Amino acid sequence: MVNFTQITVKDIAREVKDNCLLGIPADYSGVPMSVTIEIIKNNTKGLRLYCLPLTTIQGDMLIGAGCVSEIETAAVTLGEYGQAPRFQDAIENSKIKIKDSTCPALHAQLQATEKSVPFMPLRGILGSDLHKNRNDWSVINNPMSSKTNDEKIVILPAVQLDILIFHASKADVYGNVQIGRRRELATLAHASKKVYVTVEEIVDEDFFDCELKAAATLPSLYVDGISLARNGAWPCGLTDYYEIDSNEMSKYAKSAKYQETFDEYMRNFISQNNYSNI
Amino acid sequence: MSEIFQSEIIISEISNLLRKDRHVAIGAASPIPGSAALLAEEERKNSDSKLKVTILHSQKFNNFTDGSRELFDASAQGRIDTFFLGGVQIDGEANINLVGTGRYPKLTKRFSGSFGSALMYFVVPKIILFREEHTPRTLVKKVDFISAPGISPPNIYRPGGPKYLITNKALFSFNKKKKNFKIEKINPEFTLDEVINSTGFEFKTNKNLKYFTMPSKKRIDILRNLIAPKVLNFYPQFAKKLWFN
Repeated sequence: MVNFTQITVKDIAREVKDNCLLGIPADYSGVPMSVTIEIIKNNTKGLRLYCLPLTTIQGDMLIGAGCVSEIETAAVTLGEYGQAPRFQDAIENSKIKIKDSTCPALHAQLQATEKSVPFMPLRGILGSDLHKNRNDWSVINNPMSSKTNDEKIVILPAVQLDILIFHASKADVYGNVQIGRRRELATLAHASKKVYVTVEEIVDEDFFDCELKAAATLPSLYVDGISLARNGAWPCGLTDYYEIDSNEMSKYAKSAKYQETFDEYMRNFISQNNYSNI
Repeated sequence: MSEIFQSEIIISEISNLLRKDRHVAIGAASPIPGSAALLAEEERKNSDSKLKVTILHSQKFNNFTDGSRELFDASAQGRIDTFFLGGVQIDGEANINLVGTGRYPKLTKRFSGSFGSALMYFVVPKIILFREEHTPRTLVKKVDFISAPGISPPNIYRPGGPKYLITNKALFSFNKKKKNFKIEKINPEFTLDEVINSTGFEFKTNKNLKYFTMPSKKRIDILRNLIAPKVLNFYPQFAKKLWFN
């Protein structure tokens, strides 16, 4: 018996509305692949992806399936499996808009929202073409400098996400979610209007009974809904549960090279129903 | 001892550059620098000057607990001595391009993106540029896109920056004041002329040019017996190809 509203993966996918700003976790922080497939099946359009700080097969699939209009990211890559082919094609043929960024800037923009301040300063960036192409980033003279020189520093706007979805190992029966040391998931959640999580298991305990577990927990107050989805990050890996599926990633990397072979891959992927508890 | 692989020679050379470091961090897609850092750590484990290695794509060798922003915060605080950056293109003033070739944003060939380079290049004291492919298409006169600039004007906070560039053909040092690279070592399989012809920018030659040092048997043993199994955990494709095929 759980003390929160348990929903399904399909329910979560339905919360992802056309044109929304969707938070995307990195390959190491719990990629919600089961929901991603449902989003693609729903033919959701115009998604704006905000990656913290990069995306892998999840972003590439959403782009290839035509769900994305814009992406803000520090990288799209399949890691050891090579470049992200659908992303490359979309950029080279101007199919989507890109806001090229750098990892710490993507963190800082969400941290501004966490603190509810309008902007956050960040070192570096100046003199790069990233900066030249971002008219939402500004430069100020350091107002705290005691020197009379004109030390420049970049300021970045606060960004609030419409919705965040990620996959995690466990939730307790009170709807608290175990995120381990993947604290960037907390940053994402704090800066998002809605947060949905898929988990491998729901355990009959209260993470707050144990200080060690509490320290690794995203409290239920930030979570709007949880669904059980065993194997929910596959073919990506999940720390302590399963490794990345090398065969599937290689197969994807090869298939995604061309739109036609990607489409065929996706038809098979969807029909196979790889996730339980959908 | 069986044949020594090119990658092992480069790992060994990189490892030599980490001698005085206290903390080296390894970012995305960096199996050769990662192997070099673990090798340096292993060789110094019984000395007074231990090396700490943080490998972000590893569970065990990632020293951070505050999420992926901690690398950037720790770097800005000066807690990381050396970091590695690569590039689709690197030019003679050490500007790096991780975004793609052609005219931005509609590039001829798009690559993954800038990762953390636009901060790390400014704040980490010793950045080692690593690009295995040494050709006129990777080492260019001018990059098509600056992910992070090699040098900055004096009114910009910049305690860090490029110190070395290593490829499969040569090792260069970077001179911030003169804004140029100088060749320090060369892979004995190539001549200086071959290196000059495969480099798109001009670099300073060196009267005391040395060859890449062949790793000792002891070092190769450490690398293959102790480091390779660790690398298999977080760069499995790379480790399998080099050591476990």
